[in-house]
Amino acid sequence: MDKVLFGDNQFFAVNHASDEKARAQSIRFKEDAAIIKVLDQAIDLGINTFMCTTHDRIGNICEHMRANPSKYKNFNIYPCMPYAHKYANAVTELGILGTIKQYVPGNILGTFAKGGMAVLNKDFLKLMELLVDAEMKMFKGINTPVIFIQNVIVDMILGMKMYDVFKAYDAYIREKYNAEPGYITMNMPALLDVLNSLGIENPIICSSINKIGFRMSGGVELYEKYLNEKQFRPIAMQVLAAGALSPKEAIEYIGQFPKIESVLFGASSKGHISETKELIEAALNK
Amino acid sequence: MMKGAVIGLGKMGLSHVAIVGAHPEVDLVAVCDTSSLVLDAFKKFTQVNTYSDFKELIDKEELNFVVVATPTRYHYPIVKYALEKGLHVFCEKPFSLTTAEGKELTELANSKWLVNQVGYHNHFIGTFRELKRLIKAGVLGDIVHFTGEAYGPVVTKDKGGSWRSKPEEGGGCLNDYASHVINLIQEIIGRPVKASGSLLKSIYSKGVDDAVYGSLILENGISGNLSVNWSDDTHRKMSTTITVIGKNGKIICDATEIKIYLKEAHKKEGLDKGWTMKYITDFAIPVNFYLRGEEYSAQIDNFVDCILNKKQSAYNTFEQGLYTDKVVEMIIEDAKK
Repeated sequence: MDKVLFGDNQFFAVNHASDEKARAQSIRFKEDAAIIKVLDQAIDLGINTFMCTTHDRIGNICEHMRANPSKYKNFNIYPCMPYAHKYANAVTELGILGTIKQYVPGNILGTFAKGGMAVLNKDFLKLMELLVDAEMKMFKGINTPVIFIQNVIVDMILGMKMYDVFKAYDAYIREKYNAEPGYITMNMPALLDVLNSLGIENPIICSSINKIGFRMSGGVELYEKYLNEKQFRPIAMQVLAAGALSPKEAIEYIGQFPKIESVLFGASSKGHISETKELIEAALNK
Repeated sequence: MMKGAVIGLGKMGLSHVAIVGAHPEVDLVAVCDTSSLVLDAFKKFTQVNTYSDFKELIDKEELNFVVVATPTRYHYPIVKYALEKGLHVFCEKPFSLTTAEGKELTELANSKWLVNQVGYHNHFIGTFRELKRLIKAGVLGDIVHFTGEAYGPVVTKDKGGSWRSKPEEGGGCLNDYASHVINLIQEIIGRPVKASGSLLKSIYSKGVDDAVYGSLILENGISGNLSVNWSDDTHRKMSTTITVIGKNGKIICDATEIKIYLKEAHKKEGLDKGWTMKYITDFAIPVNFYLRGEEYSAQIDNFVDCILNKKQSAYNTFEQGLYTDKVVEMIIEDAKK
């Protein structure tokens, strides 16, 4: 994995510190061209991986990439699925079955459709595979060497103790997409213990890592212990703790843990991208 | 280990299963729902016992508490049954369909000294707690007005059809979204005693409201506005804001930040004249397990802690949930005028 992974929160009005800033971002990135422009700037600065949610609009970005293959041939996308708000809002409106009907390919009532059969037979793992395929459709022809499940789903499965779903997901991603499965979580230590107990060794886990312990369930000390002692491939996100830390002090902290392979960050201006990238590379090359 | 069960496995119920399941002091032993699809998933992937009948669950399992996350109209029979069996109860919001039912449940819980809590999770968001503290500390001086707002994209097109779109089952924006805002106003600024100029607007739904506007007059004489719309897709998810205006300035508070403007510095609080910004990073309540926001775990931590320490909750008691239901009724009555 590259040391620097470029994130997408800034494009989709996700800001953990300010709803107002989020709104300003959603105005700025109204057009796909605005997103592509910033991505191209990141590429010019030597960033080769975009880690993004399977938001509908990412489909348009992928379309653009397919239309310009030479420009993006060395560019990787790490999809993070699903775009959870899409499903959460659908569950509120349509209920669980209604949501499955809406998003699982094939008519649920048609017994011959693959999706319909999976629901009727209560073949949950097949359903999971169908949902993964539906989310992955937009990335056809694009390099996706690592495929993540979003923290809402990871942490939901973790809390509900439906561990076999991890096992099935892990195997499916390796087999069908020839990619490395990745996990985003707000509960890194608990997740790593569970994945190890399932025989999933050295997993890629993306979690908040920052010195003030923001969104680090279990606390800073436990995270540090795992970063120092356990075998896994950590990606640090929310390193700035939603803006509570300066980039310099935030990334210096990350530099203390040689195990951290990559840092995920998002930014909207060329200057900011360049500055953060240099800080990350300096810290992780130590 | 304490033993708990979750009844109702929709979006909130599943979230509670995960949070209760991950709690270090609790053993989640059973779940209940009418959907065989959801129950079969539990049977297949977990060790918990599954039930389609809540009475059977409560009768058969040795429990300390239940979490009730069914559609609102089932809250009354389930909560009542659980309380009668001596169980502590965490009930999702809105609390009850009618205040008569809510009153009966509140009295029953209190008479049996059972821990009772309603899922108004905003009180477990650090910024709203800080807002309450700042207002109590009097940084704004005399309060002259408030605005309570919430917007989000729940019903954004003309179809749809879960219980949330049925008024007789506790659906609609007033019950679902606005109740959060009313509850915040009630606990942070003061209890509303009168609703006026209430407007319940259907935008896409048939039979229920998608937006709620109007004025509330509080017991302390302060008045302000309510503006809530769940058919607003300019927001990615529900975003709730409380603005309080006083003689000495204004505070705008949401789940991520507090913006404070003061005409005169408040020395004791260390607040300067002009704008001061405070962020959730300084107020987030630490939790051992995180799903969708600290507040969801923090409210369950509080509930479990109250049971363990044999004390009543300082937050979101049935009585407080019932009061919010009363305000909802006031608004419905006023809108009919």
